[in-house]
Amino acid sequence: MKLITAIIRPFKLDEVRDALSQAGVTGITVTEVKGYGRQKGHTELYRGAEYVVDFVPKIKLETAVADNRVDAVVEAITEAARTDKVGDGKIFVIDLAQVVRIRTGEIGDDAL
Amino acid sequence: MIHETMVRPRARSGALWLSMLGMALLCAAPLALAQDPAAAAAAPPPPVPNKGDTAWMLTSTALVLLMSVPALALFYGGLVRSKNMLSVLMQVFVVFSLISVLWFVYGYSFAFTEGNAFFGGTGRLFLSGTGNPFKGDWALAATFSKATPMYEIVFAAFQATFAAITCGLILGSIVERVKFSAVLLFMVLWFTFSYIPVAHMVWFWPGPDAYTDASKVESLTATAGLIWQWGALDFAGGTVVHINAGVAGLIGAYVIGKRTGYGKEIIKPHSLTMTMIGASLLWFGWFGFNAGSALEANASASLAFLNTYLATACAVLSWTFAEWLLKGKPSMLGAASGAVAGLVAITPAAGNVGIQGAFVIGLAAGLICLWGVTGLKRLLKADDSLDVFGVHALGGIAGALLTGIFNSPDLGGPGSVQDWVTVTAGYPGIGAQLLIQAKAVGLTVIWTAAVSLIAFKLVDLIVGLRVTTDEEREGLDIASHGETAYEH
Repeated sequence: MKLITAIIRPFKLDEVRDALSQAGVTGITVTEVKGYGRQKGHTELYRGAEYVVDFVPKIKLETAVADNRVDAVVEAITEAARTDKVGDGKIFVIDLAQVVRIRTGEIGDDAL
Repeated sequence: MIHETMVRPRARSGALWLSMLGMALLCAAPLALAQDPAAAAAAPPPPVPNKGDTAWMLTSTALVLLMSVPALALFYGGLVRSKNMLSVLMQVFVVFSLISVLWFVYGYSFAFTEGNAFFGGTGRLFLSGTGNPFKGDWALAATFSKATPMYEIVFAAFQATFAAITCGLILGSIVERVKFSAVLLFMVLWFTFSYIPVAHMVWFWPGPDAYTDASKVESLTATAGLIWQWGALDFAGGTVVHINAGVAGLIGAYVIGKRTGYGKEIIKPHSLTMTMIGASLLWFGWFGFNAGSALEANASASLAFLNTYLATACAVLSWTFAEWLLKGKPSMLGAASGAVAGLVAITPAAGNVGIQGAFVIGLAAGLICLWGVTGLKRLLKADDSLDVFGVHALGGIAGALLTGIFNSPDLGGPGSVQDWVTVTAGYPGIGAQLLIQAKAVGLTVIWTAAVSLIAFKLVDLIVGLRVTTDEEREGLDIASHGETAYEH
């Protein structure tokens, strides 16, 4: 099992969600986050005070998938979230030691 | 038949009407009639406040209250970080209430009764002598027209709102790090030793009805406030309110020091939405401030109303377009700041200039104050957090000087009454009036700077001006008031 964490542009969330549904992903967790990467922030000017805001608002999306689904899910996210401009985000794939469905106590792939 | 005679103070626009004497005459009339019809017929009826004027002044008083709470509180509150929102609302709210109470206890008496050229007398402490509700005897205050009195309690209430907002304005320079107890103590000192004397110097005079013949003029004018005696024009408080508060704010910013992290961390407004609402409500309430300062519902009030409307819109445009041109983008904060700059600058001018004066003053105010919060602010090197000096002092000075120029009948202005016996308007010439205005500005700046410096230092010694750095980091809402503005 893998945990897939994707950082994407906020306005791409709906498209990514649709793509993931079509790829058979049944659940995701979404968090509003801020961060910086190669995409530069922006400048804000308040009367005489100028501030460079480095941290750009992004969406962090997490989903756990079976090993054989990883490539399809990564591809779905990549295709749906891409704009070809700096700031499209990143996808991290991490080994997942265990998954438990709280309601039934199922574990492993059965819990996905 | 015995009637109490009351000591009559004189009001800003004038001497108080000898109301009690009027009442005495009125009550005595039937008695006199029975004895001597000819004598009774000779007594003129005492002047009675006009109901329209009274309604307008009560309305104006409420409008000026709205300028503090919530308008100024929201305008300032939106400009600080969310962790300090309630502290700003609280400071404005409580300072407004504190100064209002002090005004009725002693402020009104020391500002608007006869004393010397700097300070009034004690005749109206606790508003004593302003009326007897049971007998229906009310002391009257003069307006700017002969035989057109107003109820003195209305005048006192109207002026209370001015004193209270002026103190509130100063807060903008010291927010986000000032201790609440220090705010209250400073305001008591500054109100007593700067607001009251400056208001007395600029606005106290014997009133039009006292001027009955030429032989009295000199001795009457000698009882007025010093700056009034010079012939300075300040319709609604360019010197008394804006320069007075703006300079006090700058001194405060120097004495208290910069906010922790100033210039290193991002310290930006948390809600320009609140700021826009505040600025808009200020504009609305300012009609009471400026047009109400005519003290009557008349042509002067109408002119002040229109000028307040027009100059403010001009300043919004000039600030917005200048910012767009110089900084690349027209900002909401710029437009809101432009509105306040225009309102400040038109304050001394409101009923003292014509339409063309309002155009020029408004356009100039937007540009001058934009420089005040950018170029000048960098030169001053003070953390005048919400730009009280750059907007209020600078806008007030610009407005006070331009009032002297655009008061000229040649530039569409109304001139000013030069002879109160005959009520004849005139104009001493641009150079002469400008010099008088400059002297008024100069004295106000020096006076408030000196009082503010001493008062801030004294408060720092007694209770300390600043909260601790930890409390400042945590935010004053939690540290000073034990509550938070928003749930995140």
